[in-house]
Amino acid sequence: MSLYLKFTYTEKKDTRSGFGDGFLEAGRKNPNVVGLCADLIGSLKMGAFQKEFPERFFQTGIAEANMIGISAGLAIGGKIPFAGTFANFATGRVYDQIRQSVAYSNKNVKICASHAGLTLGEDGATHQILEDLGMMKMLPHMTVINPCDYNQTKAATLAIAEYEGPVYLRFGRPSWPIFTPADQKFEIGKAWKMIDGKDVTIFATGHMVWEANVAEAMLREEGISAEVINIHTIKPLDEEAILESVKKTGCAVSAEEHQINGGLGDAIAQTLARNNPAPLEYVGVNDSFGESGTPTALLDKYGLNAANIVKAAKKALKRK
Amino acid sequence: MEKQSIEQLQKICTQLRRDVLRMVHAVQSGHPGAPLGCAEFFVALYFDQLRHNPDFKMDGKGEDIFFLSNGHLSAGWYSVLARSGYFPVEELKTFRKINSRLQGHPATHEHLPGIRVASGSLGQGLSVALGVAQAKKLDKDDHLVYILMGDGELQEGQVWEAAMYAAHFGVDNLIATVDYNGQQIDGPTTEVMDLKNLKAKWEAFGWEVIETKKGNDLSSVLEGLEKAKSLTGKGKPVMNLLYTEMGYGVDFMVGTHKWHGSPPSDEQLADALGQLEETLGDY
Ligand SMILES: Cc1ncc(C[n+]2csc(CCOP(=O)(O)OP(=O)(O)O)c2C)c(N)n1
Ligand SMILES: [Mg+2]
Repeated sequence: MSLYLKFTYTEKKDTRSGFGDGFLEAGRKNPNVVGLCADLIGSLKMGAFQKEFPERFFQTGIAEANMIGISAGLAIGGKIPFAGTFANFATGRVYDQIRQSVAYSNKNVKICASHAGLTLGEDGATHQILEDLGMMKMLPHMTVINPCDYNQTKAATLAIAEYEGPVYLRFGRPSWPIFTPADQKFEIGKAWKMIDGKDVTIFATGHMVWEANVAEAMLREEGISAEVINIHTIKPLDEEAILESVKKTGCAVSAEEHQINGGLGDAIAQTLARNNPAPLEYVGVNDSFGESGTPTALLDKYGLNAANIVKAAKKALKRK
Repeated sequence: MEKQSIEQLQKICTQLRRDVLRMVHAVQSGHPGAPLGCAEFFVALYFDQLRHNPDFKMDGKGEDIFFLSNGHLSAGWYSVLARSGYFPVEELKTFRKINSRLQGHPATHEHLPGIRVASGSLGQGLSVALGVAQAKKLDKDDHLVYILMGDGELQEGQVWEAAMYAAHFGVDNLIATVDYNGQQIDGPTTEVMDLKNLKAKWEAFGWEVIETKKGNDLSSVLEGLEKAKSLTGKGKPVMNLLYTEMGYGVDFMVGTHKWHGSPPSDEQLADALGQLEETLGDY
């Protein structure tokens, strides 16, 4: 079966490289942009910035709590710190440091979190955080962004450098299709309707946006018209876009590389429940930890793929 | 367990190194460097020092128990656990694969015998080990708790919270070892975040500190562990600074952070295995 995809790609790349390239460019544009990393410079792709601006870069060693505190201090001093580590160590490990010194105190700190979700792969559950979006979106003042490919991650990185306030930016390790344009403008908090449809809406974030694009084509083959909306900003959530779409389609699916508890789907459910109750099916990890394996094997085992989005869409349709 | 000769123990070290290399090579992921450097430590501990029972019991009552805080050394730990009878050696081939008990970093979730708490997120092991040591004291169980940490790992603040606690409560039934290889992911520890005088730091925190200067020499490692044991029960926690070389045993891997978390290619594996005799039979 060859599918006709609305969005195609010629190249794959990791989203963390989008972050690294965007970070370097942000550093060239604004001398106040500074970087910090806790012994993962290579993994975060922060090396090019460090090389070009060695005096504006701080290796903290394996000390994430200290890194968040230093970042808050740099922000008080007028700098724009980008603090990078793996998503687990950037959130759960330092939740109170972020809560008190960054979110509550409203500091202009950018928390840059790589290797998020199952697609980290073989390192296993200790490193595969699936709760970070939930933790971060619960914090008042925090903006939470989870872009879908290399280009969108790069655009998001540049956008958050210009935005004033605490931000959590989430990206990942696997090589992934680049299917959004290089010259896109990234608007924080503005959902992007990528594909128009009328029967069901698929709200997807991060790597799952690609899977939603594939699912749309699979559903189309079966005569079902799906709308695909890229929710790159989980918080503030674009409620208007969500309600407008579901008003038209009458049912929805959420898709995310995250726990169902506390994730994007929950945020959408809240919006729908308050304004326009409609059937919503979740594609996400269902109250379990991850495990070791290749990214593809893990996405299949935990049902985070196009086939499962299709199933969820049909279930939502039946409940209309 | 019957005492083994140095020659026998040396053979186990060589086999452990082969296991580690073959395991990370097979899945093209994982961390060969530090387990190669800690082979002598793992083998000295499991085949000589520990009074333990491979019929694994979670509470470890009436046994010496070991925690691996630097969980990325999993390949080495799994090898020594399998080779000392905790689970079938064959199972090493499932390392880091889906549906395996041998997770990328040690976990209890899949019930692998020998593992009592998950590790991988650095800096947490010493606290857990102290809790177990205190439980042993409450039970009047005179067995010891051992723990291995990385030197880079010592940059985590929690380690020093635990260090202070250990001395305050006089947890003297615990022997901590630091894999003092001078390397971490981004480079030498002196460049990433200098640990400066580690011996003085631990002493200042109220620990009894010994240095095992030749951490890749089996007799020295055994001697160090014996000495550490002789210092327990005297009111102070015991620290064993173990000077090792990351990647020890394979000429092109030794002494560099480049092999912290990179698997060997097919050619590199062949070259490496050529330097390490198959002593106990590969899995
Ligand atoms: C809390 C935490 N931060 C970061 C990491 C990523 N990480 C894994 S190993 C490592 C370096 C550890 O250095 P060291 O303890 O010296 O181990 P070695 O490189 O010698 O094996 C880092 C930063 C982690 N696992 N946990
Ligand atoms: Mg080290």
